[in-house]
Amino acid sequence: MALEPVVITGAGVISALGHSLETLTSALLRGESGVRYVPELEHVGGLRSRVAALVDGIDPKQIPRRFRRSMSRMSMYAYLASVQALEMGAFPEEYLANGRTGVIIGSTLGSTETSERFFADYFTDHSLERMRSGLFFQLMGHSCAANVAQSLGITGRVLAPASACATSCQAVGYAYEQIAFGRQDAILCGGADEFHPLTVATFDILHAASTAYNEDPQQASRPFDAARDGVVCGEGSGVLLLESKKSALQRGAPILAEVVGFATTSDTSSIANPDVNAMYTCMRLALEDAGIEAHELEYANAHATSTMQGDIAEVQALAQLFGDKVPVSSFKGHLGHTLAASGAIELGATVAMMRRGEIAATRNLHTIDPQCSGVSLLQRNLQISPKYVLKNNFAMGGINCTIILRSYTHD
Amino acid sequence: MTEQEVIELIDSSLAEEFELERAEMTPEANIYEDLGLDSLDTVDMVIVLEGAFKFKIREEESVRAIRTLGDIHQFVLTKVAENS
Repeated sequence: MALEPVVITGAGVISALGHSLETLTSALLRGESGVRYVPELEHVGGLRSRVAALVDGIDPKQIPRRFRRSMSRMSMYAYLASVQALEMGAFPEEYLANGRTGVIIGSTLGSTETSERFFADYFTDHSLERMRSGLFFQLMGHSCAANVAQSLGITGRVLAPASACATSCQAVGYAYEQIAFGRQDAILCGGADEFHPLTVATFDILHAASTAYNEDPQQASRPFDAARDGVVCGEGSGVLLLESKKSALQRGAPILAEVVGFATTSDTSSIANPDVNAMYTCMRLALEDAGIEAHELEYANAHATSTMQGDIAEVQALAQLFGDKVPVSSFKGHLGHTLAASGAIELGATVAMMRRGEIAATRNLHTIDPQCSGVSLLQRNLQISPKYVLKNNFAMGGINCTIILRSYTHD
Repeated sequence: MTEQEVIELIDSSLAEEFELERAEMTPEANIYEDLGLDSLDTVDMVIVLEGAFKFKIREEESVRAIRTLGDIHQFVLTKVAENS
């Protein structure tokens, strides 16, 4: 059977650098940082990292109480990003409830903040008598996806991939496949995560969180840099509106880019450590899916979280794929690691930059780590409008994911 | 507590929990049709009232008959009187 071409017609972002794709993209291109010192981390015993990229300025009351009562912060972020994506895509309201529009939005966990609040109360007397009806809906693994579908009245497929840092990259890939296969016409896809000290601790105990820049937070996240020392956690949501090209053209929607390739693979060498060959295999499979060769790529947006091991492994895999022929950058120097949201936030920003003709360099990449040599790492913004772009996200648990985008020309 | 204090505590507790406008909270107001609550909210309403008045009403059959804010006032006033 013939597969439907799949396009991106909208994107929404809630991030430490703004609450819209345009705001975020401009901030990235200006080289801004969303990272700051977080005093509450001082009170967590044993935690060494004190920095994070947090979302500011969200008024929960902009969401009707009826929907908000089942939302934790991550679902609010996902909802607000979804509304933006639908607005950007001028998506007709009547399509939401036709069963052909779906939601694929995941998070690393259900809400840890809600869980902590509940158990803090529960452990006082082991009573469930104060438990609110909305608790479960904030804790469940598909909370973001279900809340977006419920609040926007979307009646098609609802899925919630949970693969930590690869979550929203997978969500976009799965949406691409379902639309290509003709099962849905449009899907809101992406991810969301909310900041919690436990997330920082997860990296810190593995010696993978940044601890050396607590007094200079905006320098803390520095992918590929010789002086990097680990992940800076972020939060937010990225949601893309994927749609069949046929549907987008029929309704005259603005087409931002095409999704032409996807692969996700399991790296069984370790549940925590990256493997170069596994990363390479994932990227190769995505290129095969797109039907292009590596030399046709004109930009790669790396996962590159500013960890010692991860950045080196990814560079080696990229070097194996296309040597130094393709410019590479990571947005995590600006945004920190937004975890389950990172794939879709970074894909959205990449699409916006493809259209603007300017690609953001990696922030804080002053001295390239000699072990990250072999690829062309951007230290200055690049004025190009790439046709083919590769996007990676890799997650603990051995989950690898790659998306291939193609620029769209209205001809 | 006086009757008026009981009613004020009910109304202020429910207004805070369900973000209700006090002007809409007349005794005649139907909690579903006028105040916009639903079945999930009534679960939380019981918890809010139990917390405010330190009684247990979850198992009370008469809770299920509540339709108006005035019904809630009467129900709670009765419970408070029984417990005093």
